[in-house]
Amino acid sequence: MESLLTKSEPLKYKEADLRTEEMLINIGPQHPATHGVLRLEVVTDGEIVVDVVPHLGYLHRCFEKHAEALSYNQVIPYTDRMDYVAAMNNEWAFVMGVERMLGIEKDIPPRVEYIRVLVAELNRIASHFVAIGTYGLDIGAFTPFLWMMRDREHILRMLEWASGARMLYNYIWVGGLFYDLPVGFEERSQEFVDYLKPKLKDTEDLLISNKIFIERTADVGVLDRDLAINYGITGPMLRASGLAFDLRKVGGYSVYNQLDFEIPVGEGKMGSIGDCWDRNWVRYQECWESIKIIEQCVAKLQGDFKRTKEFDPRVLVPKKIRPKAQDLYVRAENPKGELGFFFRADGRSDQPFRCKARGPSFCNLSVLPEISRGCMLADLFAIVGSLDFVMGEVDR
Amino acid sequence: MQFEEIKSLIIEKFPGSIVGEDLVATPSTLKVEPKHLYKVCEFLHANEKTYFDSLSSLTGIDRGTEENLMEVVYHLYSIPYDLHLALSVELSRKQPTVDSVTAIWRGANWHEREAYDLLGIQFNNHPDLRRILLPEDWDGFPLRKDYQEQENYHDIKVKY
Repeated sequence: MESLLTKSEPLKYKEADLRTEEMLINIGPQHPATHGVLRLEVVTDGEIVVDVVPHLGYLHRCFEKHAEALSYNQVIPYTDRMDYVAAMNNEWAFVMGVERMLGIEKDIPPRVEYIRVLVAELNRIASHFVAIGTYGLDIGAFTPFLWMMRDREHILRMLEWASGARMLYNYIWVGGLFYDLPVGFEERSQEFVDYLKPKLKDTEDLLISNKIFIERTADVGVLDRDLAINYGITGPMLRASGLAFDLRKVGGYSVYNQLDFEIPVGEGKMGSIGDCWDRNWVRYQECWESIKIIEQCVAKLQGDFKRTKEFDPRVLVPKKIRPKAQDLYVRAENPKGELGFFFRADGRSDQPFRCKARGPSFCNLSVLPEISRGCMLADLFAIVGSLDFVMGEVDR
Repeated sequence: MQFEEIKSLIIEKFPGSIVGEDLVATPSTLKVEPKHLYKVCEFLHANEKTYFDSLSSLTGIDRGTEENLMEVVYHLYSIPYDLHLALSVELSRKQPTVDSVTAIWRGANWHEREAYDLLGIQFNNHPDLRRILLPEDWDGFPLRKDYQEQENYHDIKVKY
């Protein structure tokens, strides 16, 4: 009898088509090194990977179909569940698109914008900590993972304090915020950043510049810059391949053009430009840049735009969101890369006619077969981990 | 380079390829005749004045049974020039078929598979057009406006 699996998720390769020395290995969807429910069909020749075919969809929750049946503000919690380790960034991108359609983007009070930047950058550090920590775990370093999860927990507690939820916040609303920051949040952010700096240095000493780590990641999974652009790769992966392209600088959305930070790019310090080590090094450096941004935000939120009694973050929140008929593509720099939302509003309803999410993880994962052909089977996991995808966003 | 310049550049090269435009949209959209789409994309990608080197997003849209149209929207971005452009093609709903642009932007591969999976749009010359998110033996295309879910899937109740 034909099994259900061969009917519903058939393999691309057939045993009969393989050469004698080739072997078909199935990895996942339940495998700790695939970072979620990713299934890989791997053709190997001995220990050499001949081809990889990713099979997706095990976490597909019909985001786009749901979005067509809900009003704009009701979609925000669904965007949280896409890249669930960086939910603030997701909902911000979505909200920014809706605000742009309504034409209220320029009216958002500066305090609201600085709070958004603050929480998004905190979340970016949390996301990079998951990326680097679990990457270490993938290739055999257990301690950095525990240390980074410990420090990430501080961020999650802080965001829970602000929004009421640990990971899925629904904090950034169309036209404003769910609430102003709790009293003392700014001071706590500064305290946290001061605490984090030496810990981040520890991470470099313990993991990033560790000889075993370097030997495991340098010159592995080299992604050429032109290939990366052709595949629509964005975010730290593209920057690791040597292109200083960051939407916070290029698009300059929100108040990012008033903040001072650098774009780290891969330099091939330990091997070649765009290898696994570079990708992690870029993420690591971005944590330092986020710290810079957070410090500037805290200074602004305690100085020019400090808390007043009259301040109401919901003052611009519309009662009914009904944008004029239009198409709009909006994009924002997520920890993983360019998160884009395409909206088509018909002007008659408060639900999007079509809402498409272009997840950075989806595009970044699509390059996997290209860069892992010819590598060793053990290096395949080093490459998979370095892509830093979240299946919630790949499958949506 | 401005939208109008890009438009006249395309019209000069491929007369009759542009059938309309949408200036309300962000970014401004050119409506392209489906049979010219591949050539236009190839031209925009290779031309050194435009150099649209990345395909940000590819969206399939079902316009519903009344209009009886499907649409595919391509969002192009040029990194060196910081240019945005959207192209859209209208397809018949009965047999939505358009040329694949995977040969130009390899990242389009999975985007097109997704559009095929959820909307049933066929892409000619696509190297590997299989379902991507849904199981292979799923019935129908969920993002179509007249989609009816199947009663049972391998004896699992779908509707509840």
